[in-house]
Amino acid sequence: MSHPSTDQVWDWLDSIPDPEIPAITLTDLGIIRDVGWEGDTCIVTVTPTYSGCPATSLINMEIETALREHGLERIELKRQLSPAWTTDWMSQRGREKLEAYGIAPPQPAGGPEKCPQCGSARVEKLSQFGSTPCKAQWRCNDCLEPFDYFKCI
Amino acid sequence: MTKAADPKFEALLRLGDNTLILGHRVSEWCGHAPVLEEDIALANTALDLLGQTNLWLEYAGEVEGKGRSADDLAFLRDAWDFRNVLLVELPNGDFGQTIMRQYLFDVFNRLNLTALTQSTDQRIADIAEKAAKEASYHVERSEGTVIGLGDGTEESHRRMQDALNILWPYAQELFITDEVDDAMAEAGVIPHPKSLQDAWDTEVRAVLAEATLEVPVAHFGHRGSGKDGKMHTEHLGHILTQMQWLQRAYPGQAW
Repeated sequence: MSHPSTDQVWDWLDSIPDPEIPAITLTDLGIIRDVGWEGDTCIVTVTPTYSGCPATSLINMEIETALREHGLERIELKRQLSPAWTTDWMSQRGREKLEAYGIAPPQPAGGPEKCPQCGSARVEKLSQFGSTPCKAQWRCNDCLEPFDYFKCI
Repeated sequence: MTKAADPKFEALLRLGDNTLILGHRVSEWCGHAPVLEEDIALANTALDLLGQTNLWLEYAGEVEGKGRSADDLAFLRDAWDFRNVLLVELPNGDFGQTIMRQYLFDVFNRLNLTALTQSTDQRIADIAEKAAKEASYHVERSEGTVIGLGDGTEESHRRMQDALNILWPYAQELFITDEVDDAMAEAGVIPHPKSLQDAWDTEVRAVLAEATLEVPVAHFGHRGSGKDGKMHTEHLGHILTQMQWLQRAYPGQAW
């Protein structure tokens, strides 16, 4: 039996927005680790961002729903813990979309490079934790706007 | 414990029950913390701990082989079946006491998880790899807050010193060991808790000194340990009545 190519499935997955940060897609986030076929079952391997992230089960449901809409009937989602998710896996496009959305993208230095609103480098941390497990709260000392920073892990 | 249980099952319960009970305690702050940022930070920390719990207890259920899920283990066991240390079941006290407990546990958790990434059990190593990243930033925050409050105002200093006096003896239980630890460490499944003690002691004492706090001379005073379930404080039962009532009253309810 013929089935869509894995490239085709990747394309479909690429259009699923992250439920918490809809500006980026699941593939931008780098949490889809593998797509493959075993017989007529499509296997999608997903890694969680944070072990307690409440979006994880929703993400799985959205993957399944999207693939079903494209006519796939047998879908299996595998959870992969290792290697643990890292923000290094976020795509360049994803980083740009985050910044345009007002969330400073993760930096290896451990803090945002600049304010996503005005571009000033004069920023300071308010709290290591933010509105979702993956974000921290920062503030710009020039435009005085608080903003989210996508933590680098 | 009526008969000798599988030591790996016991070891996994210890990991999962510590994070479960602490996660539940910390979540009690939700909506009550002194400032919004701390409220969010505590809720996020609780969430990470509960996420780790899910991974540990899910595996514990598989190792046990009786078909129990993580939820079954969390919601349908009674106090004597819990394997957490007493430190995590103590009431929150004030904000300072909550943060002090978090710090003492976070350092242990990070050291333990980092060592667990080398476990001979691949599943345990994988879970630890994920959780260690989270524990690292938990320590960063609780350490900074302990220093800030310890070396803070007269009142914050007094409260942090009081918290340390209460919690220091309980923290020593993290390094009390038994035959489960010996067997699992021997098999390379977990690090022997005693092998973590020096690193914990050195790191924690340095931070407490920076926080201008005085480490009390005290040892763990209870005759039994929560690690084998022979000893729990009266507080654990109260947590369970809150945590488990829905599954007890309406068995099988799902989110």
